[in-house]
Amino acid sequence: MEILMTIVAGILVACATYLILSKSILRIILGTALLSHGAHLLLLSMGGLKTGAAPLLGQNADSYSDPLPQALILTAIVISFGVTSFFLVLAYRAYQELKTDDMDKLRGNENE
Amino acid sequence: MSLIHLVILSPLILAIFVPFLHKYFRQIHTGWFVLILPILLFIYFIGFIRSSMNGETYISTMNWIPSLGINFTVYLDGLGLLFALLITGIGALVVLYSIYYLSKEKEALNTFYVYLLMFMGAMLGVVLSDNLIVLYSFWELTSFSSFLLISYWYQREKSRYGAQKSMLITVFGGLAMLAGFVLLYIMTGTFSIREIIANVDIVTADALFIPALILILLGAFTKSAQFPFHIWLPDAMEAPTPVSAYLHSATMVKAGIYLVARMSPIFAGAPEWFWLVSVFGLITLFWGSFSAVKQTDLKGILAFSTISQLGLIMSLLGIGSAAVYYDYLDDNIYTVATMAAVFHLINHATFKGSLFMVVGIVDHETGTRDIRKLGGLMNIMPISFTLALIGSFAMAGLPPFNGFLSKEMFFTGMLHATQIDAWNMDTLGILFPVFAWLASIFTFVYSMILVFKTFTGKYQPEKLDVKPHEAPIGMLISPIILVSLVVIFGFFPNLLSPSLIGPAVSSILPDYFLIEDINIYFWHGWTPELFMTIGVVAFGTFLYLTVAKWGKIYEWFPQRLALNRFYDGGIVALERGSNKFTNSYMTGFMRDYLIIIFGFMALLLGALIVRLDVFTFNIADAADVGLYEVILAIVMVISTLTVLISKSRLTAIISLGVVGYSLALFFVLFRAPDLALTQLVVETISVALYLLVFYHLPEFKVQITRLRFRLTNFIISVAVGLIVIIIGISANSHRLFESISSYFEAATYTEAGGKNMVNVILVDFRGFDTLFEGAVLVIAAFGIYMMIKLRLADKKGGVEGEGK
Repeated sequence: MEILMTIVAGILVACATYLILSKSILRIILGTALLSHGAHLLLLSMGGLKTGAAPLLGQNADSYSDPLPQALILTAIVISFGVTSFFLVLAYRAYQELKTDDMDKLRGNENE
Repeated sequence: MSLIHLVILSPLILAIFVPFLHKYFRQIHTGWFVLILPILLFIYFIGFIRSSMNGETYISTMNWIPSLGINFTVYLDGLGLLFALLITGIGALVVLYSIYYLSKEKEALNTFYVYLLMFMGAMLGVVLSDNLIVLYSFWELTSFSSFLLISYWYQREKSRYGAQKSMLITVFGGLAMLAGFVLLYIMTGTFSIREIIANVDIVTADALFIPALILILLGAFTKSAQFPFHIWLPDAMEAPTPVSAYLHSATMVKAGIYLVARMSPIFAGAPEWFWLVSVFGLITLFWGSFSAVKQTDLKGILAFSTISQLGLIMSLLGIGSAAVYYDYLDDNIYTVATMAAVFHLINHATFKGSLFMVVGIVDHETGTRDIRKLGGLMNIMPISFTLALIGSFAMAGLPPFNGFLSKEMFFTGMLHATQIDAWNMDTLGILFPVFAWLASIFTFVYSMILVFKTFTGKYQPEKLDVKPHEAPIGMLISPIILVSLVVIFGFFPNLLSPSLIGPAVSSILPDYFLIEDINIYFWHGWTPELFMTIGVVAFGTFLYLTVAKWGKIYEWFPQRLALNRFYDGGIVALERGSNKFTNSYMTGFMRDYLIIIFGFMALLLGALIVRLDVFTFNIADAADVGLYEVILAIVMVISTLTVLISKSRLTAIISLGVVGYSLALFFVLFRAPDLALTQLVVETISVALYLLVFYHLPEFKVQITRLRFRLTNFIISVAVGLIVIIIGISANSHRLFESISSYFEAATYTEAGGKNMVNVILVDFRGFDTLFEGAVLVIAAFGIYMMIKLRLADKKGGVEGEGK
């Protein structure tokens, strides 16, 4: 199972890299979102995917799935959400001010 | 801190007060205040001669950084004393000369004397330090103050060029020297020169011996303007003449000589030392004297002459090192070379200093230093003429002046060099006296040009800007004193031999040397050296008279070998090359940088994986593959690929949403209810945000095109994905220890009183993470608010209204 999930995460990362290397800002942001999905998936599968009960003590199960990676992923999701929304608004403002979303045109001032 | 430390630092201390003296005593030339110090120091150092003659040395330590073995240790022996006397003695004369040379009204005297005093203190520190790091610090301070002095007239382009050039070359050498010192420290564990000499056996046997030797020689050669590093010295002639006289003839350029002499007890005896020092010295000697003849600027002649004479001293030090190789057998015939080196060092300081001062006088009184414009000044400036004549004759090596004696000893040393029967000297050795003899002929020629082209021949008043006249007496005092020394040392060389030369030579060649051995004879009989000198005079006279005919060879010969062109070209090429290199990867395109970052990451990790052979595949520990998971994985991969190949951005955003929701479903399947909840909410908001941004892109500008398919992007992203997969699989196959989650399982209720393990970890066990994650959200929210609300001024200076 872990092997399969790792491969899926790898495909997500590859696609994310491809998108990040493109020209449009929106696609770059899509790429970062994919990258964070890939990272979260990887975190989960690295923690081990042994089947057990959800980490709730009320379940009274013999074994639980590992709670620590879940806590880490939860933190990571929130942070990446904050960063992504900031990026999105930044892209929106950049488009408003500069009238382009082409990264090749966003090169700063040559005279500086 | 003893008196001698104060003595070394006193010029630096006085330098602090010079600007105040300059400011509050405007009526008095600042130089008068400065003059007192070198005179006092000179007298102070003279007091050491008696003890130094008895072979006593003086040591005094002041702690600086004792934990690193770096202490300001002063070590005063014959060699250090000789240099200290030169520095303070000529320093006093140069300050006196500069008082008359530099005008009180026109020049910035405060900076001049600050720099000069800085230099004097630094130079004293170089020659009297026993600690290598302290020596290096003072060494760099001499480079630095020399830089400031060369660019004294900083408004002139050539001054700045010369200063920069000398700085680059001497600092390059200084750094090499520092590396050599550090190697010596690695070998012996001490920075003290005396202790290193005491442990010389360790150094000689070490593998780092040769690198240290070469690095230290690099420092000495650059500072002493040895071939091919001599090119900075002629350009340093843009400095005021007192500076040229002091720094670039008598003291600073001899710092390299000092270093070679000081390091001789460590390195002498090694064939590499002998060859490098003597051969580079000889090449410098010949090339300097050969190039001096073609100069038309008086200071240019003197600059090349200095180069050549420094080469002479250097080659003598090299040959003297053979004495160590032979363990002082063979009647000490090689020590005569070291003696000659020290003797010539003194002589050169006297006659070169006086010549520079005379040239400065000529420049000052006629307005030019160009020998093509000068001539016939003999009757107008008789005193200067006399001084120049004696100085030049001493430089050419004519009797009865001191240069004659040291030149005879130089020939003796060179002839003895042919008797060395090791290191191929039996075949190559004959070149030594031949080169020395040829160089002496050219030395004779340029010395004659210097004095006779300036003072005899046709007087050309129409070419001179000012009407020439004899210099004021104050300006003449210093050269007169120096020239008197030239004559006195010429007639009574044995004033010097026991007092200064003997102790200095015994510092260079310790253990074996007896001071009583030294005797310089004014007349030494009909020896081969005398016939060589007669030959020099005969051929030199002939060449001087016919210089107009054969001088043409300079028009084509030196230009081909111009090292300046190499230096200038090298600087330009370096600048252009680095510009080009930087521009080649700093393109300004974000994508290029990302390609470099991703590519480097993939390459580095891939190479490490292959090299360390870490890939392992082990599924014994893995969970079983379930049907739902496989279906969900397929859905996820397909929607991911849809993001990639979608033609419109809308499709891409929706596909991304599918990826996010299937991730949430994965969280459900892998029993992570909190994650699933969060992921669903976050994904929903994210998709809404994407759509919002998409909506705001004006319709007509959006180019809904297929993503550009680029092979490099494809290769790099596939490589990155593969690396992630490989590392993930390998990491999964190595479970080195159990998770700590059993603790959380046990403690969640008992310790924290909760039943949801994930939530307890988030707010209780690892509450700090959550605190700062909350902070991240707050910062992001504030950032977004600011970005939307805040409008910075546009280019016209107007501010757009808020909330537009």
